[in-house]
Amino acid sequence: MAEYILETKDLGISFGGLKAAQNVNLKIKKNQIYGLIGPNGAGKTTIFNLLTCVYKPTTGTFFLDGEEIKRMSPDKINLKGIARTFQNIRLFNNMTVVRNVMVGLSNRPEYKCTILESALRLPRHFKVEREMREKAKELLRIFDLEQERNALACNLPYGKQRKLEIARALATNPKILLLDEPAAGMNPHETEDLAKTIRFIRDHFDMTVLLIEHDMNFVSDLCDEITVLNFGTVLAEGHTRTVLQDPEVIKAYIGG
Amino acid sequence: MNLNVKKQRHYINCIVIALVTLVLGILSLTGVRFDNSLLFLLEKVAISIILAVSLSLVVGFLGELSLGHAGFMCVGAYLGGKVASLLVPAMGNGLAAFLISLAVGCAAAAVCGVIIGIPALRLRGDYLAIVTLAFGEIVKSLFQNSSDESFGGSLGLETPRYNKAYLFIIAFVLVLVTLAVIQNLIRSKHGRAITAIRDNEIAARASGINVTKYKLLAFILSAAFAGMAGVLYSYSNYTVQSTKFSYNYSIEILVMVVLGGMGSINGSIIAAALITYLNTKLATVLTGDLAVLQNLLYALILILIIIYNNAPALKGFRDKYNLGVLADKVIKKRLDPSHVQDDQAKWDVVPTKISMDEILSVDLTPQNFGPDQKGGDK
Amino acid sequence: MELIFSTLINGLSLGGIYAMIALGYTMVYGIAKLLNFAHGDIIMVGGYLIYVFMATNNPLLAIFMAVIGCVILGICVEKIAYKPLRGASPLAVLITAIGVSNLLQSLAQIIFGSAPKMATVYDFGIVKLFGATIQISSLVTLVVAFAVMTALTLFVKFTRLGRAMIAVSEDRSAAQLMGINVNSIITVTFAIGSALAALAGLFYLLKAPSISSTLGAMPGIKAFTAAVIGGIGSIPGAMLGGILLGMIESISYKITAIAPYTDAIEFSILILILLVRPTGFLGKKRREKV
Repeated sequence: MAEYILETKDLGISFGGLKAAQNVNLKIKKNQIYGLIGPNGAGKTTIFNLLTCVYKPTTGTFFLDGEEIKRMSPDKINLKGIARTFQNIRLFNNMTVVRNVMVGLSNRPEYKCTILESALRLPRHFKVEREMREKAKELLRIFDLEQERNALACNLPYGKQRKLEIARALATNPKILLLDEPAAGMNPHETEDLAKTIRFIRDHFDMTVLLIEHDMNFVSDLCDEITVLNFGTVLAEGHTRTVLQDPEVIKAYIGG
Repeated sequence: MNLNVKKQRHYINCIVIALVTLVLGILSLTGVRFDNSLLFLLEKVAISIILAVSLSLVVGFLGELSLGHAGFMCVGAYLGGKVASLLVPAMGNGLAAFLISLAVGCAAAAVCGVIIGIPALRLRGDYLAIVTLAFGEIVKSLFQNSSDESFGGSLGLETPRYNKAYLFIIAFVLVLVTLAVIQNLIRSKHGRAITAIRDNEIAARASGINVTKYKLLAFILSAAFAGMAGVLYSYSNYTVQSTKFSYNYSIEILVMVVLGGMGSINGSIIAAALITYLNTKLATVLTGDLAVLQNLLYALILILIIIYNNAPALKGFRDKYNLGVLADKVIKKRLDPSHVQDDQAKWDVVPTKISMDEILSVDLTPQNFGPDQKGGDK
Repeated sequence: MELIFSTLINGLSLGGIYAMIALGYTMVYGIAKLLNFAHGDIIMVGGYLIYVFMATNNPLLAIFMAVIGCVILGICVEKIAYKPLRGASPLAVLITAIGVSNLLQSLAQIIFGSAPKMATVYDFGIVKLFGATIQISSLVTLVVAFAVMTALTLFVKFTRLGRAMIAVSEDRSAAQLMGINVNSIITVTFAIGSALAALAGLFYLLKAPSISSTLGAMPGIKAFTAAVIGGIGSIPGAMLGGILLGMIESISYKITAIAPYTDAIEFSILILILLVRPTGFLGKKRREKV
């Protein structure tokens, strides 16, 4: 068991001459809710893309639970234990809510079922399908989506789509959950609800959460520690309250 | 409870086809002589259904356009037919020779499926469509220019004559096999993975779906079944001509899938049977220059169905008047309004925000090489 | 030497035709983001229009009417079949385009019958150059094609309309916000592409004066291949790809052993290039944002 569940060392990437992120060192302990904040264009989503192997870093590396992650495809990194949501929601729109979650569940070892077993409808297929559906319903219950489980994902209201995306990510049984602006587009009531759900996930699933968010109330309410990015570099890091009172951070947000 | 009802409905197509086959089979075995043209039509219908359902796997479920389905069928027809013509003199025109030819035809087509599946990993949409089209043309050209001894060249390959009275039974058994395998697969975690890739490839990857594996799987299976249809064709038709497997034939199969509603297996079956029947009937009515009216009809059907089912402006109209089985399944499955109780009024509106992250991230990605952007977030 | 020279001239003139058709594909693809499968069939319509108006025995009038006719047809196709689908999935648009292509072919066959029609626009005769016998029509094709391409490049680079077209192809919604009327830009693009296709139809008739309903199908697909090889969306790319494909085809035809496989060779090259360089030679990389 490593000291940090996720640790980045001098992580950086440049697009042509533009350094979208450089020398980012994050240290996230197990069971933390960790915030990544910063003005638009600070490179927050870029960090997520690096951590989920959508981009290949130009410099540095990162460790998941002590294991160094080398070049890997996004699906492999998910199997390793990093799951994410997207800033612009990416659901399987023409599939039902419950099936969206079941896609997330499909790589868990306990639901292993070969193509042949499915094509020939061997008993294992039925067992696995039944168990997956039950598990998916259980996950949806946490997000208060069980009622809508047979609706098409694209027909859900915006806030519920965000929740469904988290449920799907959680279904892959990750070690760390990356949430890209989970509260964007939610009303205050929904945001509060979401904060509760994220805390519940942390406690119930023994989960570590790294999230990007612009809603400062949400961040200060929820996050144990945060890192502030600006122009691709770390501006400040540490305990949420302390960092948010840092004059440099305030300057970066209000503009200077 | 709800689930069980669905499950029964899913396999109704198999049951219906099995019953029809059983009745016709018993009649035929007990000595009822069917008209040869009817038997030929039945075989053709079976071939079309196999082709349409297998293409539907790639077009309707994986969401990639393949314009070379006739090419896979061509490979199956030529290789299966060739093996059959070699085997039949040695082992007689029995089921054994047929099954071996079938295995060879399917395997050869499946290999081609791999060849086309590999570009499919890097290319998307229009680019992939053109690659599949190119593949179909290459295959056709290779067989057309083959030597007389190998595949008969431009004269075509002569294949054994199987007993007409039984061939249609075998054909429909193969339809059942196709339906069972493809439907079983689609309604499993593997099928969900394939549809997930169609709906959002990036999200599918992020959810741990091995996109490479599933894209190849869809292409290989689809090709193998097209190869099966090819072998059946070579047995049904006595001779295999490369000109049959033109781009236009690929389009005809595509029309079946589109007419049936992309993503609807039952739709594909009905459309395949209907179009094949109409083809045969129209061929007797429309002779000479009039034969082209048939193509005109298909072209019009294709355009109208697609515009009706996809035009953003017609969405309201679609919700009101549903075309049932002929409409896109996607459109058919509307959310029951009772599901959305806590509609959060104005807050559901997607906030429009231009963020620097998005602008930055347009650039270089080691993954997702596609030159083209898939539909993205619909 | 003569062989090389005549192959070169033939290749360049064929390449010029492919390039002109490819330009239509690439511009429409760049601006309307759709693969206009019916583009090849506009060539065929152009050919038939020339055939019809050659009844007047005035080649220039026939060519003019063919260009006008194709422009009108191209615009109509866009308005009727493609415009309603703007914003729909690319798959739907592509299938519609295939439908339009088949529709045009069957309509032509119904109107003109399935037997090929003969239309001799003008007989230029032949000339001996460096010992090789060259069709003068090939030289005319070559010169006109290159003149048209130069004009088009200048038009896109230096006129207001041309720059607006580039803007729309870069970012449609941003161009709209800048006050560019995207609908009319798309219309203009279809018009230009169709006019080029009509000229390509003329060149095909100059090469061989016979015309049937499938005249445009194969050239259309090959020209798209050329556009893809050059990098779709790129105007110089379409020219490069067209000329490259024309050269390959004319060389392949000269080698007896592989001549029957010419189409297969061209398509194999397409597949290989797409595998190695999915964006073609001069195409721009575009990535989906995450």
